[in-house]
Amino acid sequence: MREVDVSEVTALVSRLYQEANFNLPPDVVAALESALELEESLLGREVLETLLKNAEIAARERVPLCQDTGLAAVFVEVGQEVCFTGGPFRQAVDAGVAKAWQDGYLRASVVSSPCHDRANTGDNTPAMLHTELVAGETVRITVLPKGAGSENMSRLAMLKPAEGIAGLVDFVVETVEKAGGNPCPPIFLGVGVGGTMDRAAVLSKLALLRPAASPNPDERLARLELEIRDSVNALGIGPGGFGGSITCLGVALEEYPCHIASLPVAVNIQCNSARRATGSI
Amino acid sequence: MTTMPISLTAPLSLEKTRSLIAGDKVLITGTIYTARDAAHRRLIELIEKGGELPFELTGQIIYYVGPTPASPGRATGSAGPTTSSRVDRYTPQLLARGLRAVIGKGDRSPEVAAALQEHGAVYLAAVGGAGALLAERIRVAEVVAWPELGTEAIHRFEVSDFPAIVVMDAQGGNLYASGRKKYRQPR
Repeated sequence: MREVDVSEVTALVSRLYQEANFNLPPDVVAALESALELEESLLGREVLETLLKNAEIAARERVPLCQDTGLAAVFVEVGQEVCFTGGPFRQAVDAGVAKAWQDGYLRASVVSSPCHDRANTGDNTPAMLHTELVAGETVRITVLPKGAGSENMSRLAMLKPAEGIAGLVDFVVETVEKAGGNPCPPIFLGVGVGGTMDRAAVLSKLALLRPAASPNPDERLARLELEIRDSVNALGIGPGGFGGSITCLGVALEEYPCHIASLPVAVNIQCNSARRATGSI
Repeated sequence: MTTMPISLTAPLSLEKTRSLIAGDKVLITGTIYTARDAAHRRLIELIEKGGELPFELTGQIIYYVGPTPASPGRATGSAGPTTSSRVDRYTPQLLARGLRAVIGKGDRSPEVAAALQEHGAVYLAAVGGAGALLAERIRVAEVVAWPELGTEAIHRFEVSDFPAIVVMDAQGGNLYASGRKKYRQPR
């Protein structure tokens, strides 16, 4: 048994949420640089250069990469030997989000009652918290600030098993085509296949935690990821949506067992500002 | 497509906006105003009630943006474009009142496209995801209406060489459509 005071959770969430907003992950920078080599459109290349320069300015000036500093999607792997002390875990996570909002001059982008008042919660809480119990005595936290431009273009379908892989690819491509320039291309795609409706949606976001250019370890799924990426790039949407050969920087697909009658497919679009940061206690 | 950006001084003349073509790069200097969904709703309510607007729309540019708070010593925080389609339902009425250009990102409705042509206005896009870079072109930022809306309040920005691209022009040209068509490959 290892005791962890929840104040450490607050401090780590705050640090990760700020760092994610100021520093584009190196694998995302590398993906943008690779795209710059491949992009056929001159204007498309200028957009990519702008994004790379933006990342430099954000890191140097400690100003957020994007004004939409996002909802705080927080993924926590809790080692089952850990015992939290000092207060409720959930409150500690939200306190970390609020502290990041205050200390990092992030934007308050959360409304409390979506149906009626839509009043701003004022400190960007609550977090979209996902916890998973794992073996060991470490607490591993990943913060993924998620902007609405790309989140609003995400979709889920309960396909018929007979629609198969062709139906799955068509659904993903159609999702990106409908999104056009809205989600700030070039985008990343997290695709969750299987489970129940909710499980597929969570999988699609978990897929976005995988570093860019790291294929699914299953060879067949890795090939499917490339097939989806190439099909999406054939749409010609391009950087900024102004037309071009690179619309998608990478596809990460995760699958999970599902019902004999189901083929759930969730597509979570991530914008070019694919921010995330991970740390451990 | 031009390679050299066209310098624009805001507010804009009708002659100027009519001369712009989808695909033109522009650098804007002068005064622009911000508005997102909530501010648009209030502007339309005021117009419908015949009230006085927080700023006169004729010739003006509205930028769809909700900046992050300015840290000490800065005019504004990160300030890139937000998705334009959320205000599509309000835009034609504002264009009818003389608004001459809007800056955002993403596709617009056919009604907005028609209103742009009718009133000789243009839709510009700034690069989504470049909020830190774009903020460097904003010299002064001041809330001019509805501070209670927070980031959604109407801000007046004084900008210098603020970069944008003409996506929809007053002749019906649309860079999103033409660009996509040019690079689309058969599957």
